[in-house]
Amino acid sequence: MLKIFLHQLNIIWSQIVSLWLVFLHLFHESDTVEYPDVKPHMFPRWRGRIILTRDPDGEERCVACNLCAVACPVDCIALQKTEDEDGRWYPEFFRINFSRCIMCGFCEEACPTHAIQLTPDFEMAEYVRQDMVWEKEHMLIDGTGKYHDYNFYKVAGKAIGGKGKGEALDELPPTDRRSLMP
Amino acid sequence: MVKITVDGKVLEVDESKNLLEEVLSQGEDLPYFCWHPSMGSVGSCRQCAVIEYANDEDECGRLNMACMTSPREGARYSIEKASKFRAQAIESIMINHPHDCPVCEEGGECHLQDMTVMSGHNYRRYDGKKKTHTNQYLGPFIGHEMNRCITCYRCVRFYKDYAGGTDFGPQASHDNTYFGRWQEGPLESEFSGNLAEVCPTGVFTDKPFSKHYVRKWDLQTAPSVCTGCSVGCNTNPGERYGTLRRVVNRFNDEVNGYFLCDRGRFGTGYVNGDERITVSMTRTAHDVAPHLASTDEARAQLQAMAANGIGIGSPRASLEANFALKELVGAENFYAGISANELAMSKQILDIYRSRPVNIASIKDIEASDAVLILGEDVTNTAARLALALRQSVRNLGKKMARDMKFPEWQDAAIRQLTMDRKSPLYILSAHATRLDDIAARVEIGTAADSARLGFAIAHEIDSSAPAVHDLNADEKAQVTTIANALKEAGQPLIISGTGAMSQALIAAAANIATALNDGDKKANLALVSAEANSMGLALLMENSSNSLDDAIASKAKAAIVLENDLYRRAPGSSVDSFIGSLDQLAVLESLKTRTGEQANLVLAAGTFAETSGTFVNYEVRAQHYYSVFKPVEAIRPSTFWLSDKKLSELTQSCADSISGGEGIASLTPGAGFSFSGMKVPRQQHRYSGRTAMRANINVHEPKQEQDEEGILTYSMEGVSALKDATVFNTAWAGGWNSNQSVFKFQTHTGGALKQAGHGHCLVQSTATEKSWSDLVETEKPDGDFEVFPLYHLFGSEELTAKTDAIKEKATSAYIAINQADAGKLGLQASDGVSVEHNGAVPYIIRSSIAPGTVGVPVGLQGLNFRDLPAAIALAKAADWTSPSEWQAGNIIVSDKAPVNVENGGEA
Repeated sequence: MLKIFLHQLNIIWSQIVSLWLVFLHLFHESDTVEYPDVKPHMFPRWRGRIILTRDPDGEERCVACNLCAVACPVDCIALQKTEDEDGRWYPEFFRINFSRCIMCGFCEEACPTHAIQLTPDFEMAEYVRQDMVWEKEHMLIDGTGKYHDYNFYKVAGKAIGGKGKGEALDELPPTDRRSLMP
Repeated sequence: MVKITVDGKVLEVDESKNLLEEVLSQGEDLPYFCWHPSMGSVGSCRQCAVIEYANDEDECGRLNMACMTSPREGARYSIEKASKFRAQAIESIMINHPHDCPVCEEGGECHLQDMTVMSGHNYRRYDGKKKTHTNQYLGPFIGHEMNRCITCYRCVRFYKDYAGGTDFGPQASHDNTYFGRWQEGPLESEFSGNLAEVCPTGVFTDKPFSKHYVRKWDLQTAPSVCTGCSVGCNTNPGERYGTLRRVVNRFNDEVNGYFLCDRGRFGTGYVNGDERITVSMTRTAHDVAPHLASTDEARAQLQAMAANGIGIGSPRASLEANFALKELVGAENFYAGISANELAMSKQILDIYRSRPVNIASIKDIEASDAVLILGEDVTNTAARLALALRQSVRNLGKKMARDMKFPEWQDAAIRQLTMDRKSPLYILSAHATRLDDIAARVEIGTAADSARLGFAIAHEIDSSAPAVHDLNADEKAQVTTIANALKEAGQPLIISGTGAMSQALIAAAANIATALNDGDKKANLALVSAEANSMGLALLMENSSNSLDDAIASKAKAAIVLENDLYRRAPGSSVDSFIGSLDQLAVLESLKTRTGEQANLVLAAGTFAETSGTFVNYEVRAQHYYSVFKPVEAIRPSTFWLSDKKLSELTQSCADSISGGEGIASLTPGAGFSFSGMKVPRQQHRYSGRTAMRANINVHEPKQEQDEEGILTYSMEGVSALKDATVFNTAWAGGWNSNQSVFKFQTHTGGALKQAGHGHCLVQSTATEKSWSDLVETEKPDGDFEVFPLYHLFGSEELTAKTDAIKEKATSAYIAINQADAGKLGLQASDGVSVEHNGAVPYIIRSSIAPGTVGVPVGLQGLNFRDLPAAIALAKAADWTSPSEWQAGNIIVSDKAPVNVENGGEA
């Protein structure tokens, strides 16, 4: 009988303590983040929304090499290469089906030109699944993203408008094929 | 066979081959660049280094290039021990290699990438500057990016040494070494496209492919057969996003080996072209606007027409489609869609193959022949792959010299040095100079009748029981004796002729010579080139009938069903006009818009070779199956679907049953019930990307994977690859070998037959032992000023490929070719045109090789219908002449030995 009484008392006491502690919390600093009014701090290397970036000259970085698409474990990237009048390769279309994307970041790792990058933005929910299919115009930003200086065509040997043969980094001027000098 | 030890493993290898080839055959991985199974060894790239030990005690060994080493009995080698050397060699090769892989068309199927990874060179240590080179414009087919070159010399060895090209070569020395033309301009060789496959890296790339480029792993592919001519080269077309992207070679050791011609490789753009028929249309009368026909409606209308109509088949439609039409309209109402002469020639060829004691020559046989006589066939333009094989046949003298001196056949450079310009004999009897003249011992210019007459005389000279030719002059007699002796002395003589010259006498003469050469145990090779991809298949279906297009036109039928055929290319325009005019109902099954189709009441959208499956029968009566590469839009259906309720496999079986000797046709595929561990063969590679995004713009909910009713290949990446199951050889890929070099992994022996044994099936085996002869045909000289002979163009003469953009750039519009003296007689000045009897005016070129009184008229080129012309015509200077805009004289590549004066802005 006494045992039962003490047990009941203990329950009441613990509820009083809980209420007291909750009361004390009224005077503590709040841990709750008032999302979406307050945005959490996201680290730059967080793997969120995928963007396509431009090189320091403001040209599209993506050269439509297809490496992101082949690296993608859920095959959610599809693109088609085309070429502009300067000889630069770029994607005619570049589509990511975000309803399939698992934000693994393999595409960013595979990208040889730093074009495709994952950003700390995670707010990608949609009411209609079809709206999760993003095209190039939805993903292409005006800046360089996380990597500021890299300019693929300054390193590559392929000539494009404004950069002829031998004008890339660490290149000698084109050889003279009529010369017999070694 | 000798026993050697490689890294402790005992291997049994063939000592007549080089060590590299043998080591690869045994499944070992050893990097290489310059060696090619078809081109032998030169030892220039230093990649296939191995350590060879002198004896069992030798621990140090010495470095040797495996491709330049003959395996010694009992010798010990190590691939492993030389790996550091190979890594260093590739590091030095890579010093000047640009940082281009992402923007290089070779990336992902690059032999240089594979070999670099294989050798273990990962990081660039050299921090000096890279040598660079400028590029050249090399025409519409091949892109040039010289920076990527690793100077393996494969391009030159293919283009000059193997394919006989003269406008391309190595220049400068050391780091400056440059591979290109002496000046910018289109590559002249008909085989330039192979540079893209031969080059181990991205110096030479497929230009039309680059315009809509995707990586190799993203291409959906299926084994196919080229429709460009009667050779039937095996191809591997690739599709992505519903369009056909490119065609690459699919190895077949008896047909095309490693190489294709440019027509086959670059001539498939029409599949995606603006001229495609993508919907079926119908109309009640000629002057009423057509409206769309649903699939059921179109089929019902076709059935109604078939009830009392005739069917006109086609030499460019599959065996099954022709058979289905024949079944639909009944055998007596089925007409071959070719002229009476052409049908007779096809049937004549079949008869010769069956009744003469000859060996029907495959390309492999042609390459092994040591004396050749070509009778009136311009093979470079009518069956180009044969011309490439003939260039190898003249090298057999050199190989024999090498054998006599006891050094191996793979010693390519050494044999060329030994042989210099000595060649096995090749004789050409032709109406004009051909592109093979440079390797010919003698070229005899004459009309088809003249060549046939000489041919009969040669046969008689070899075997006196053959019909004799009288009144030969002394010159001709000497000719005949020389050629006859050369053929008699040869171990494996070869006679080539065909339907190109449109002369039955010529084919008969070729058959007589080949027959005469049979001396009991030696059978001569005979190759009779037919006109189109399935000419021989059509002939097989016409064995009990002689209904040609000429008969169809005369048949007074009221309804006609035309299968994949433009009648205006087959018969004089006026008679086709009156034929179509007399019809109440005309149905045309066609993939491209044609003049015949424009006048039809019912046009059914038919699939091209890339969208359908079926069987083609090539010039040697070899039946080969081709698989559809992709499914087109809903409204486009295979001709077999429109014409028959049967499944394709049932049609194939019926063909096999109805054709005499056709049993093999049914066994060309593993059959609809095929599975390997419950799986089919995938059309897509295991790295195929973008499956969940490629259609997401239309609907994010992915549709069910396309199904293939034939049930051998699937339209998906699921399935068992050809590496595991040797049933259907699709794309060549093996672990670590992403480029087309991986094909050796699928061969029973490097350079040899595929494990899949997908040779096709020769439907005619010549078992005859008794000699029989064709009688001498004396052809009357036709009445008229100029005797007409046909000229063919690799680019432009074939109907479908001519509608491809890249081919159009290399083609020209119609013209005539005459002798300088005749041009003088007609009073022609440089910028004049010639008005041709029965045709409008066309430009002309002068060719020194053409005999006076004859005129060369191109077949199939825009602006002139060869079938409109009689055997001889009158020519006159055209009044008020301006050249048409399609006239591109510079595209006409001739090889007349004397300087050619090509007028009207052309050069040659």
